[in-house]
Amino acid sequence: MTESVPLQPTQASPRTRATAVTTATGGTVLVTGICGRLGKRLARVLHRERHVVGVDRRPFADRAKDIDHAQVDIRRKKLKDVFRAGDIEAVVHLGVMHDPRASAAEHHSWNVAGFTKLLEYVAQFQVPKLVVLSSANVYGPQASNPQFLTEEAPLLGGQNFSDIRDLVEVDMLAQSFFWKLPETETVILRPVHILGTVHNAPSNFLRLHPVPTVMGFDPMAQVIHEADVVHAIALALRPGIRGIFNVAGPEPVPLSRLIRILGRQKISVPYSLARVVLRRMWSLRLTTFPPPELDHIRYVCMVDDRRARQVLGFSPQKSLEETVLAVDEGRW
Amino acid sequence: MRTGAVARGASGLLGRLFGSAEQAVDDVLDRLLGESFDERLARVPMALGPAGVDPFGLDPHWAKYALMTVAMLHRKYFRTAVHGIHHVPQGRVLLVANHSGQVPLDGALIAAAMFMDAEPPRIVRAMVEKWAVTLPFVSLLFTRVGQVVGVPENATRLLAQGEALLVFPEGARGISKTFDRRYKLTEFGLGFMRLAIETGTPVVPVAVVGAEEQYISVANVEAVAKVLRMPAFPLIPQLLLPGGQLPLPTKYRLWFGEPMHFTGDPDDDDAVIDEKVWLVKQTIQSMLNRGLKERKHIFW
Repeated sequence: MTESVPLQPTQASPRTRATAVTTATGGTVLVTGICGRLGKRLARVLHRERHVVGVDRRPFADRAKDIDHAQVDIRRKKLKDVFRAGDIEAVVHLGVMHDPRASAAEHHSWNVAGFTKLLEYVAQFQVPKLVVLSSANVYGPQASNPQFLTEEAPLLGGQNFSDIRDLVEVDMLAQSFFWKLPETETVILRPVHILGTVHNAPSNFLRLHPVPTVMGFDPMAQVIHEADVVHAIALALRPGIRGIFNVAGPEPVPLSRLIRILGRQKISVPYSLARVVLRRMWSLRLTTFPPPELDHIRYVCMVDDRRARQVLGFSPQKSLEETVLAVDEGRW
Repeated sequence: MRTGAVARGASGLLGRLFGSAEQAVDDVLDRLLGESFDERLARVPMALGPAGVDPFGLDPHWAKYALMTVAMLHRKYFRTAVHGIHHVPQGRVLLVANHSGQVPLDGALIAAAMFMDAEPPRIVRAMVEKWAVTLPFVSLLFTRVGQVVGVPENATRLLAQGEALLVFPEGARGISKTFDRRYKLTEFGLGFMRLAIETGTPVVPVAVVGAEEQYISVANVEAVAKVLRMPAFPLIPQLLLPGGQLPLPTKYRLWFGEPMHFTGDPDDDDAVIDEKVWLVKQTIQSMLNRGLKERKHIFW
């Protein structure tokens, strides 16, 4: 593994770091969770400009030749070897476990213990840039939400949905890291519902036939194309960018409009029935949607993305139609 | 095969029924407005996105049916008399009104007046209780006709968008008043004043006369309200009578006052803000008193 990571002996590490702050290209980027669909997409974009090292416990079979991959669990000591071997200029943390079926202990250990380990090495090896992909779900859908949540809004996602608590914790850990180590430019991205070939809850939800909705509710929703998320990560890697950014795609529309764009049938179910049925289906392992996620199709959880537009210079490249139709792309 | 044909026939019939219903709605609206609804709607300043809805979920297609309903109430059922609507300035404005009548028809009628009688027509945005957002259909309807959840962030954003925002500083306290306390303003919240100062928005006081008599509440049972998680539980004897579920057809009178401007520090002490709120409250109370004095009869 170590021999596949090219060392850069000609460049003394302190010098590189100093120059990396002013130039956009160069330096190795370490991407955790690279074998996910979003990770692969990011790798494809980044490896043209920079050296990319992937870390994932899954194998990365169809990777480009110049991408190095370390098949390690981020909780293991071996992760340190990756930091030791390459002159890591930036870390992109995508390796957050969202699997609602994984046990709470595994979930917590992976997300929190793993991320803590990663932060430890980022500090130890003085990596100048850390980008953490959090999610707008950390705010949580609530009846009392303002229509657009700013980055300062409290992270109440775990209030009614305990499984999301470690994702909130990851966000919080990154925030405290931001303050504790000002030498590292920490960026936390909180994108809205990511749509595309990814297998996350919002994409899977829109792939359903027919799409269930809660009777009498049709909240406004924001979605973002996976390519736009990759674009936002690339922008966040630029030197000088630090802080928390809400990232949103095209203009918000009612949930029913998203379903109409897909041309799917819609089936409205009263909330009380939907909750009972979903609980039952969940316990029988007939669905991948945990019952508390029903709140996402009842209440708003939208973000104010002004900071991303102004500071990060981000604007979505994909239109609403492209974004929504992307859930059906590349299906087997 | 046959069922398919039947289904197609039925859907065709339904489509024609809905089509003619829509035509009927258009006719009624045009007659009430004296001009085409679409022309009038086109003159409403709205921040619509490419998808045809504004960021808060206001959809003009829904607003049409809602406005038709309130227009009927406004012109035919409550026969509202509107005074001084020319005082409402263009651009962002806070309409501050007394809240009464058990059911928020006062808000609907102010909205109707602002759409039908103001020039240019406006779609009023109001802040609704968080409780209403948890109710199926109610939350959907409210969102589509431009109502938003009552949190300060939403208010600031709407005013920045140049909207007319309707505020009832009495909140649930006002609307669930029992009959013996009619037209006596209850305690005003201070939030609207901080908002007005912070955003430099003119405040237009609005007095609503006629709503207190639509449903006569003899008591408010707070214990039941608490159990049902409702903001109030009024006892309204008329609901037991046949047809008493409809509000009594009182004649509404809306009085719009001159815009008031406030300056200062929005984060000042409650006592300082309260003085300014008191000015607004007194203005509304005197407008109410005058309106009551000029009123010859509750029903006409």
